[in-house]
Amino acid sequence: MNEVRVGVFVCHCGTNIGGFLDVPGLAKYALSLPNVVFAKDNQYTCSEAGLTEIKNAIAENKLNRVVVASCTPRTHEPLFRSICKDAGLNPYLFQFVNIRDQCSWVHMQERERATEKAKALIRMGVARAVLLEPLEETEIEVNPCALVIGGGIAGMTCALSLANRGFEVKLVEKEDRLGGTLNSLYKLYPANEEASKLVQDKTKKVKNNPNIEVLTSSEVKEVEGFIGNYDVTVRQGEKERLFKAGVIIVATGAETLKPMGMYGYDGENVVTHMELERMLKEGRLNADMVVMIQCVGSRNEKRVYCSKVCCPTALKNAILIKEAKPNAQVFVLYRDMVTPGTKYEDYYGKARETGITFIKYSPERKPVVENGSVRVYDELLGEELVLPYDLVVLSTPMVAHRNSTDLAQKLKVPVDENGFFLEAHVKLRPVDFATDGIYVCGCAHWPANIGESISQAYGAASRASIPMSVGRVKTEPLIPVIDEDECSGCGLCELTCPFKAIQVEETEKGRKAKVIAASCKGCGACGAGCPQRAITMRHFTDEQLVAQVIALAEVTH
Amino acid sequence: MEEKLRAVLVIGGGIAGIQAALDLGDMGIKVHLVEKKPSIGGRMAQLDKTFPTNDCSICILAPKLADCFRHSNITLHTLSEVKEVTGQMGDFSVKLHKYARFVNEEKCVNCGECAAKCPVKVPDEFDMGLRKREVIYPYYLQGVPAVMTIDRENCLYLTRGVCRICEKFCTREAIDFEQKDTDVMLNVGAIIAATGFDPYDPSGIPQYGYKRYRNVILSLECERLMCASGPTGGHLLRPSDNKPAEKIAFVQCVGSRDFKNNRYCSSVCCMHATKEAMLAYEHDHKVKSCIFYMDLRAAGKGFQEYVARGEQEYNISYIRGRVAKITEDHDENPIVWYEETQSSKTNKMTADLAVLATSLMPRKDVKELAKVLGVELDEYNFFKTDPLNPLDTTRPGIFVCGCCREPTDIPESVAQASGAAERAAETVMR
Repeated sequence: MNEVRVGVFVCHCGTNIGGFLDVPGLAKYALSLPNVVFAKDNQYTCSEAGLTEIKNAIAENKLNRVVVASCTPRTHEPLFRSICKDAGLNPYLFQFVNIRDQCSWVHMQERERATEKAKALIRMGVARAVLLEPLEETEIEVNPCALVIGGGIAGMTCALSLANRGFEVKLVEKEDRLGGTLNSLYKLYPANEEASKLVQDKTKKVKNNPNIEVLTSSEVKEVEGFIGNYDVTVRQGEKERLFKAGVIIVATGAETLKPMGMYGYDGENVVTHMELERMLKEGRLNADMVVMIQCVGSRNEKRVYCSKVCCPTALKNAILIKEAKPNAQVFVLYRDMVTPGTKYEDYYGKARETGITFIKYSPERKPVVENGSVRVYDELLGEELVLPYDLVVLSTPMVAHRNSTDLAQKLKVPVDENGFFLEAHVKLRPVDFATDGIYVCGCAHWPANIGESISQAYGAASRASIPMSVGRVKTEPLIPVIDEDECSGCGLCELTCPFKAIQVEETEKGRKAKVIAASCKGCGACGAGCPQRAITMRHFTDEQLVAQVIALAEVTH
Repeated sequence: MEEKLRAVLVIGGGIAGIQAALDLGDMGIKVHLVEKKPSIGGRMAQLDKTFPTNDCSICILAPKLADCFRHSNITLHTLSEVKEVTGQMGDFSVKLHKYARFVNEEKCVNCGECAAKCPVKVPDEFDMGLRKREVIYPYYLQGVPAVMTIDRENCLYLTRGVCRICEKFCTREAIDFEQKDTDVMLNVGAIIAATGFDPYDPSGIPQYGYKRYRNVILSLECERLMCASGPTGGHLLRPSDNKPAEKIAFVQCVGSRDFKNNRYCSSVCCMHATKEAMLAYEHDHKVKSCIFYMDLRAAGKGFQEYVARGEQEYNISYIRGRVAKITEDHDENPIVWYEETQSSKTNKMTADLAVLATSLMPRKDVKELAKVLGVELDEYNFFKTDPLNPLDTTRPGIFVCGCCREPTDIPESVAQASGAAERAAETVMR
């Protein structure tokens, strides 16, 4: 097995690549490269047919390196690696060459030059492939205990589901009782259930479940470790609690914006919907003329997004007011009514039938709240209206929880530009973080109604249960190796590492860097920064990278 | 404990069913994934790109298809339908009807030699009838399993007893006209319905002229036309004369928010129209798109920003107004008549192409399936759920996710799919 035998597969990706590059020519070119004993083009290398071809070629041509020139490792590397593995080849002897994103897509108009560039990329890939070394994955045990942060509807749903499946759950809530945002709500749309009843039912179930330990008035102070083995410190008043967890679910919810200085907000005659709900709940609403204004503090330059739940919330409260006081007049000033799906559109219809008046305004001519009346330019009527009011209700958006950035730092997970937690992939991994072992659901991720929060909570429970069900996880071997003779213990790597995966420890040889394999994401920042060159990134060794650069510099055949 | 675990049946091999199956399989639970079509992939496989990142749809889906196919805990049943369900939560007996493919899945390598010789051509369903395919065909290029299928409705041999040309040219002896439909009995502890949607047929709104005017098309047809593996190789050409479409009218709420048709909002159309308009501009910078909408519903993560980018960088105009009718001039250019509500004026616009954002409806055969499953549907024939138990149907042990419970975008479908998997796992692990 000493002879290096490389097989190269060049993908047409339909016309994604094949329409812009000379793909058969690339396969032919690949065959001319050193150590390449097999090369072929495929319509779709990732299709079952393409994968079978790779497997067969490995067997028939005794390939010990596989290069695929196609799309991106972000989506397809795991698949091709596992095919190599199925065929008996160490998966780390696989090399990806991206000729779609880096070639056909960006040079659509230049077929010849793009093909030349693709040749160079393939040449570099082959040069590196020759130097690849087999690597072994290691397995770590997963503690079958979940830490759920946040005791609102999402956190409680998630905790209950995992507990029902036999996993241990620690549910941490910063307030002195469970329920979260639901505690501030009166009734829930669209079925008018009492929020307090839902909280009571869920709280009872959570408290009676022997697998759940509820920690109220508690906050996560520190999280160390990695998937399967987190060391969690929770502060509960003066006390500190330490425990181990295998997975973490973030269900910390969101806050609603306080509209300070907007539309004459005073908390009495001009209130938010949260404040209105309290008035309704306590039966102290005393207003016959109510004007609701949507998109207060959202869909503007500072906060571009639509908060999704405010339109149905306004409909709900408007209907509740009309039910309590059929003679009351309720106006809803809106920009776009956002009532998607089967249930909310009907709800909108019901509101119109109830006699609630909807007036469309534009952001260029916003309503003005004056003493006793609201002036609004009705876009559809083309006229300015003056609406006297007893009460103005402002629909303010959900905003990220003020502690979300702090918690994100503790967990080493990202937040988006609005401070909401950022999932691993916006389409296909909506409740995962890119960091294995940590998951997100409910309004911590994005404004969501109760049904969505519950669905996502079950979703996050499912994802979190996978490593716990299996009981162990594999860790990628793409980690740095420290040359202890060269390491001076300066600690720069520890400072650089964004994943807390490297730390300097006292050893017999003095202060030396040590890698925590399970936390390492293989980013290579430590290796790039090491002034002593004591760190070698496995799978991305200097030798392999230099070989690529040399191959690039070669003149095309 | 593990030996006692019962399997889970997942009905529907689109993105929701696939995600539910993968989660359960990864938990160590056996899954039967049933798909009526010859390959899994569902509607997501038909899309060109996905909003709001414009990721290539099949590119992000394909690894999941392969994962499903290769997963040791997942058994795929393509060309199969659920015919009978008896028993109760924790112990259901399920009868599957598996239609003959007339191609041996083990032997076929999808080389296409057979199709090249097949003398009959019929409209291709996956490409929304915009292209003809042979009667022995791959459901779509990246389909899984990647094997050919013989369409029994149109095969000369199966309908008239003559031909068998494909059989002669198959070097691997994979064609098998002796294959029979079979019934498969399964025992499962829980069931997940993930059967997705069908687009509304706008023939019900004759004033829009769909099928009467060649340059009035559906959004899903637009997706296929823009897709590199679609019938025009990714060029947005108008069906009447194959000329590039430069002025495009996107007509929203076709069959949705409509008292005569579906009262509900289909949730995803504002965004996919924006996406299609963006992609059209990416293909050709001369493209100008107008989106005729009622309320712009862009409430998901990054959606408002996406719409703003569309307006600023992709030559898209959003016009608030419901389209009253579409007519056509002598060059077959669609003329869109609408009321511009901001100015209360009636107006018309001549375009090269009109794209109808048709509502997402339950699959046409959903009533039969609901009957087999013994679950209730809501007034629109989506699977009935309760807002506080959003993934549970009316029958214990049967769960639901994705567009068959309500029109839903991909991320929400995926989150629900994982959620339905969790509900099913709770049932079988108890």
